[in-house]
Amino acid sequence: MITDTDNPVLQEAQLIESPARGVWRRFLRNKVGVVAGIFIVLFFLTALATGLGSLGGIYYPYNPNTTSLEIKLQPPSLAHWAGTDNLGRDVFSRLLNGSYISLTVGFVAVSVSLLLGVVVGAISGFFGGWVDNIIMRVVDAILCFPTFFLILTAVALLGPSIINIIVVIGLVSWTGTARLVRAEFLTLREAEYVRAARSLGAKAPALVFRHILPNALAPIIVTAVISIPGAILTEASLSFLGFGVQPPQATWGNIITDGKTYLLDAWWLIVFPGATIFVAALSFYLAGDALRQAAETRSERK
Amino acid sequence: MLNFLLRRLGISVILLFFISVVSFLIITLTPGSPYPWGEMNPKVSPQMKENFRAKFHLDEPWYKQYYLNMKGLFTGTLTSIKDDRPVLQKIGERLPATLLLNILAITIALSFGLMLGVYAARHAGKLPDLLTCIVAFVFIALPEFWIAGLIVIGLVKFTDAPILGTQSYGVDFPNLFAMGLDRYWHLALPATVLALGGIAAQALYIRASMVETMRQDYVRTARAKGLPQDVVFYKHALRNSIRPLITGIGGLLPALIGGSIIIETIFAYPGIGRMGYEAVLERDYPTLVAMNFIVASLVLLGNLISDILYAVVDPRVRLE
Amino acid sequence: MSASLLEIRNLSIKFRTENGPTEAVKNVSLSLKEGGSLAIVGESGSGKSVTALALTRLLASPPAEYASGSILFKGQDVLGMNLEQLRKIRGKEIAYVFQEPSTSLNPVYTVRNQIAEAIKLHRPDVKNVDAEIVRWLNTVGIRDPEKRMLDYPHQLSGGMQQRVMIAMALSCEPSLLVADEPTTALDVTIQAQILAELKRLRTEFNMGLILITHNIAIIQGLCDRIAVMFRGEVVEYGDTTSVLRSPQHEYTKALMTCVPRLGSKEKRLKTIDYSWLATK
Repeated sequence: MITDTDNPVLQEAQLIESPARGVWRRFLRNKVGVVAGIFIVLFFLTALATGLGSLGGIYYPYNPNTTSLEIKLQPPSLAHWAGTDNLGRDVFSRLLNGSYISLTVGFVAVSVSLLLGVVVGAISGFFGGWVDNIIMRVVDAILCFPTFFLILTAVALLGPSIINIIVVIGLVSWTGTARLVRAEFLTLREAEYVRAARSLGAKAPALVFRHILPNALAPIIVTAVISIPGAILTEASLSFLGFGVQPPQATWGNIITDGKTYLLDAWWLIVFPGATIFVAALSFYLAGDALRQAAETRSERK
Repeated sequence: MLNFLLRRLGISVILLFFISVVSFLIITLTPGSPYPWGEMNPKVSPQMKENFRAKFHLDEPWYKQYYLNMKGLFTGTLTSIKDDRPVLQKIGERLPATLLLNILAITIALSFGLMLGVYAARHAGKLPDLLTCIVAFVFIALPEFWIAGLIVIGLVKFTDAPILGTQSYGVDFPNLFAMGLDRYWHLALPATVLALGGIAAQALYIRASMVETMRQDYVRTARAKGLPQDVVFYKHALRNSIRPLITGIGGLLPALIGGSIIIETIFAYPGIGRMGYEAVLERDYPTLVAMNFIVASLVLLGNLISDILYAVVDPRVRLE
Repeated sequence: MSASLLEIRNLSIKFRTENGPTEAVKNVSLSLKEGGSLAIVGESGSGKSVTALALTRLLASPPAEYASGSILFKGQDVLGMNLEQLRKIRGKEIAYVFQEPSTSLNPVYTVRNQIAEAIKLHRPDVKNVDAEIVRWLNTVGIRDPEKRMLDYPHQLSGGMQQRVMIAMALSCEPSLLVADEPTTALDVTIQAQILAELKRLRTEFNMGLILITHNIAIIQGLCDRIAVMFRGEVVEYGDTTSVLRSPQHEYTKALMTCVPRLGSKEKRLKTIDYSWLATK
């Protein structure tokens, strides 16, 4: 075992394990988190398969875009597990097909907001002073916006394409990450090892990328995971109101919109898509929380 | 204390201005036809378009448009494209309903969230805590339109309970009390659905804060003094953990207003959320501008109130 | 012959961690007479604070486990008491002063509120609580006590905060005061003042005192007996003067040589040489 001291007391106490392994090990101990994680993997695989795969055939029970009006609005049955919608399309296939869109929107929107948030937060936290002040004022201002309303307005006016939706969601939700990253940077900047590195002559980029960022990584990743369901839910809500990705492309949200008028008679049009969204969102939340608990540093845990 | 208030008020006004400018820009600068008539509509003459443009100042530079819009808003002369009525009037008709809904939702979210969070913290690490947390996440993960939709479908199919609107149609109420009860029933359900996510979020914040506080040195001092666990928990720890509750109010308000749109639509509740949605559908710019402004003001007001509450609860803030 | 106030017999305390249980305190035996004073000296991780907190079972348990041994306070075993009995001792018989005064006082309540809380709990017969508070604040050397007691902790300096903690601990007239590194977080000049106060108060009220510290230099003149702890065990235990003059254990000797002396010609500070461990 590698030790970096000849003090027998410290030698005995040292257990060399990389922090990432520690987090993973603790995460695996959290039963709820693991179950949620499995669901996420399932969703992910489905999305991947449907995104890359061909329509119909082995990937779907039915072609999600084929309409056949003679079987429209049928309740769930052995043939159509989730029933059919108002144009006779198989709901279950559309759900599978929609997973690709919904999850993509979730991931990419969060990536956008993450990128923005990390950059802004890092600048703010690292430089401090008036730079920090101004940036924080702007962040405060944005936090005051009624976000959903703004997203709705923007998407409605810009046109509900998948890119627009992703960009708008991303542009509106980066503030939370920015605040977090800034707080981390402010604390870590004063950490002993950073001061040590500085005293050894390390310059700003090295400080940021080698010393501070890796340690701030854990809360950033946790925030990312926890933000994904938010983006998915927002996209679903937009779809419900008619401003999400437009049909015939299926998303979990617009299956409901398509059948909004028939809602009272065709309960399966709202139950199944909603349930899918719910389970996906819940999985991300639970897994994210388990990750957060696993990543808490020693001092926070004890 | 007064100093603090004035400073916060000043900042709020500046923020309001900033927000209104940005939302205005978003609204006016987005591409797309501003006319309420279709592009290909043959009955639309160039003269009509001219008049339209003049009436809504669409040819002016953006800052002038902003000024004119704001002026119109404050003097009550800003008119809606849709039905030519003053926007302020339309908002005035529907604002109280939304306010009522949101205030009730906030109250529900804060009180139940507090209770749930404290309960979870009290039993931290044990089964009641774990279950409460999972339930909380369930609430947050529930898509609002889904649960609202399910409730509406369920109630309509399986009971005769009237739930849409603010009061039951065509029913004669024997007295004021019965009418009040009916109104309350129409209000409580949407408010509760609206509040679900808020309850969960608040519960989780409070729980985390309480758990964190219980590890503080002063809690150890309180225990060392021989105080019973209840006193330690409720007197010493709780007061120090309330802060996220108050910050939560600041974040709760924008979220609720956004949620109002969906809830109001599904429950057919006549509030400004629904009006806003319709305005978006019809590209009724003046209404949108006004709505954004009003909503932003409400949000800032909420933040101001939460700042004041902060100062009340934490002496360190007060004595700055 | 003064009665025995505290007797710790073969105390062992374990902590459950994710890497398995660790023994923080191993078979520790100490005793204290009424009005006596004991210093527990050791470095970080030696188990001294854990021992001190164990006296009224203040350790969070889980993860702490009182594996074996007994803690007899005035003849009764603390480890066997139920919560009711324990709370009667906490504050009333055994009072604590902790290391960080700035975080040991509740920031949202006034000094008055926090001291009154203790008095009302343990001495319900006191009629004029405010007068008592003033009396004790005076005793610990706080000027303008009537004004100071209305302050919030963050409005006081570190030294004053610690004095408030001491006043709060003493206001219940305990038989034993446990001070866990009471001056480590304070300036050196304030340190001397606080230590002098503790010395004075101890003799004035014939109170037992247990002083935990890593700084062997401060205990002379303050504590009659000294226990040196290292990795959970007591390695040396006896009269302060004799131990300091002629330490028996290697570790104690090492500690003594580390204390910098004014006027010495040494150019480098000494560190503890752990080579003696190899011989164990």
